[in-house]
Amino acid sequence: MLHTINTSPFESPAMEECIRFVQPGDPVLFIENGVYAVQNGNRFTDAIAALQKTSPVFALQPDLDARGISSVAPGVEGIGYDGFVDLVEAHQVNSWL
Amino acid sequence: MEDNVKKIMHVMRRAPHGSIYTYEGLEMILIMAAYEQDLSIAFIGDGVYALKKNQNTEGISMKGFAKTFMALDGYDVEKLYVDRVSLAERGLTEDDLLVDVELLDSAEIGRRMSEQDVVIHH
Repeated sequence: MLHTINTSPFESPAMEECIRFVQPGDPVLFIENGVYAVQNGNRFTDAIAALQKTSPVFALQPDLDARGISSVAPGVEGIGYDGFVDLVEAHQVNSWL
Repeated sequence: MEDNVKKIMHVMRRAPHGSIYTYEGLEMILIMAAYEQDLSIAFIGDGVYALKKNQNTEGISMKGFAKTFMALDGYDVEKLYVDRVSLAERGLTEDDLLVDVELLDSAEIGRRMSEQDVVIHH
């Protein structure tokens, strides 16, 4: 199951809630304002590192670019719209709106 | 006919009266129940507040819909899951809730989530 998060973790508990329910191996993709979660050095960097022990973590590159985020937490992979489509094709989507 | 039945989980994540999400979610659940889908509802985060006993919305001029959750078993919606952590961190226990629910760990709710055809957050 692919989990997508589209709200800033500073604004919404969506990311922290999502992390509790993610099954090991489930990919997590940050989109829209959700990408603020993976800006390197913020207070969620440790949470992102812990999440990556069991799940691959992605962020939508155009959303990172739009927000001027050039340094992401270690291990987080920036993907384009084509990568987004690949993930959606491979998994059921669970959108944490 | 069996092929038309999907496993659908509704995830209630917001407190009931600050936005329209919970009420609209409940409406959606009732509509889907009319189509005899395999429904479940998970209450996590502030979503657990929707089930709090003794809600009286008269003073805020809003329709109270907490009691509608009590009517769900009449629509064969009987799988109500509450996240144990979300309840505990709000200082609530099962006795504070209007309806009988299954109190589950996050990992178990997560496992049931992953079994669904569709997961809809409210």
